[in-house]
Amino acid sequence: MESIKYHNFRIDAENICVDYNGKVALYDANLRLKPGQICGLVGMNGAGKTTFFNALTGFVNISKGKIRINGESVRSAQKDQTIAYVPQSEGIDSQFPINVWDVVMMGRYGSMNIFRCPRESDVQAVKDAIERVDLTDHLSTPIGNLSGGQRKRTFLARAIAQRASILLLDEPFSGVDIRTEKLISELFIQFKNEGKTILLSTHDMIHVREFCDLVLLINKTVVAYGETSEVFTPENITTTFGGISPDFLFGPES
Amino acid sequence: MELCSFLTLDSFITDPLTHDFMRKALLMSSLVAAVCGFLSSYLTLKGWALMGDAVSHSVMPGVVVAYALGLPFSLGAFIFGVGSVALIGFIKQKSRVKEDTVIGLVFTGFFALGIVLVSKIKSNIDLHSILFGSPLGISLSDVKQTIFISLLVVILLSIFRKDLMLYCFDPRHAKTVGINVCFLHYLLLTCLSLAAVVGLQSVGIILVVAMLITPGATAYLLTDKFDNMTIISVLSAIISSLIGIYISFWFDLETGGSIVLAQTFIFLFAFLFAPRYGIFKLKKFFAVYK
Repeated sequence: MESIKYHNFRIDAENICVDYNGKVALYDANLRLKPGQICGLVGMNGAGKTTFFNALTGFVNISKGKIRINGESVRSAQKDQTIAYVPQSEGIDSQFPINVWDVVMMGRYGSMNIFRCPRESDVQAVKDAIERVDLTDHLSTPIGNLSGGQRKRTFLARAIAQRASILLLDEPFSGVDIRTEKLISELFIQFKNEGKTILLSTHDMIHVREFCDLVLLINKTVVAYGETSEVFTPENITTTFGGISPDFLFGPES
Repeated sequence: MELCSFLTLDSFITDPLTHDFMRKALLMSSLVAAVCGFLSSYLTLKGWALMGDAVSHSVMPGVVVAYALGLPFSLGAFIFGVGSVALIGFIKQKSRVKEDTVIGLVFTGFFALGIVLVSKIKSNIDLHSILFGSPLGISLSDVKQTIFISLLVVILLSIFRKDLMLYCFDPRHAKTVGINVCFLHYLLLTCLSLAAVVGLQSVGIILVVAMLITPGATAYLLTDKFDNMTIISVLSAIISSLIGIYISFWFDLETGGSIVLAQTFIFLFAFLFAPRYGIFKLKKFFAVYK
């Protein structure tokens, strides 16, 4: 019975703690997400958003708690290509000598042989992914020559090519043009319909209301978690942002 | 070596080739340059220049101890190279001192230990050749070791070429798709130590870091494709080695210094005239006059 219960959740994080050399970055955090759910991760800088992502991808080890991805360990989720991570623009060296095609192909590395020779199916997956983010005209453009929005779409294409069922997106809307913003929100609806699970961090409160079924407010630990309509209240937001009133965050009109 | 003998380019190139030691020097230095050049593109992109400096200096006591004990010098160098990095990581984690400070103090400490050891162990260790390299006086056993290590590094880098590129570019993604990032980290570190060992024969411990970063930096200015960057890096390293050795032969200059200077000049040339990233952007210049 126990395993069946776990399988209902794509992500099941229970009381996880992460510390860096004794400095606590995140403690007693819980999160449960099902297929087709979009969850917003909201918190201040340094509240542990990136740490949460790192714990889910296995980039940092948790010191306490348990993470189950589709009922299995993070390690086997990595092997199965279950999770894709779309980095923040600042997290990437945009001057790295690499073009769009090669970045998207990196999404396939995990399922290739040791020499990472692309098979026919890999080439097709990369082609399709690039088409979906509308970058077919930029296949061999170095990422340094792309706009912020195009670069964001490149990394989104990498996640699509990976065919992951869980997408983690760090600030997907920061520094992008209107066209990219529209394209990303359309893709989110498609992903949802395909049954993918999405966890995205954002500073923009309007985006949370727009796409997120669920919201997770964190400040080193979970402040509030649940349906956006219930949890995303001015009181909770104020607590999350350390006492700053939502008027200041939303602007006077909201 | 009379002045008139290199009035023709032909004799400038062929005359040194009549000497056995010159043929050996040119071949070995090209091989070493190729290995260091290959690795160089990864180090410059990973931002490991300072790490390269640290490892290459830290191998000093290893080389001295290995010589004294009659072991292959590469073994000693390798242990101290990797050991220095482990120590840097440990001190950084356990103290509040900043990373660049830790790197600086660890490698100078190791280097000093090496110099002290040389003065204490009275053997036939030639401090000058360790510090400044001696490609012209390389022994047969050294040749064998150099070829073996060079092939090993080239094979390792070739097999994990794409994984290492991904590791330099986006380690988080590598980890997410189940690639062993820790292994790649130590693989790159191992290759760095080994390359420092073979490189120090050409240009010596003090300058070997140039072999490990300058060709990569030059190539980085000339291309936007990683594979091309590797090729340019290797070629520029080999060409600098050949130029350096010839110049040192004809003008009786220190060989290691000449090789590194040749690399520096090639870098400066790219810095000024690289088509896209050079100061004078030749591409634009030609576009205007088309």
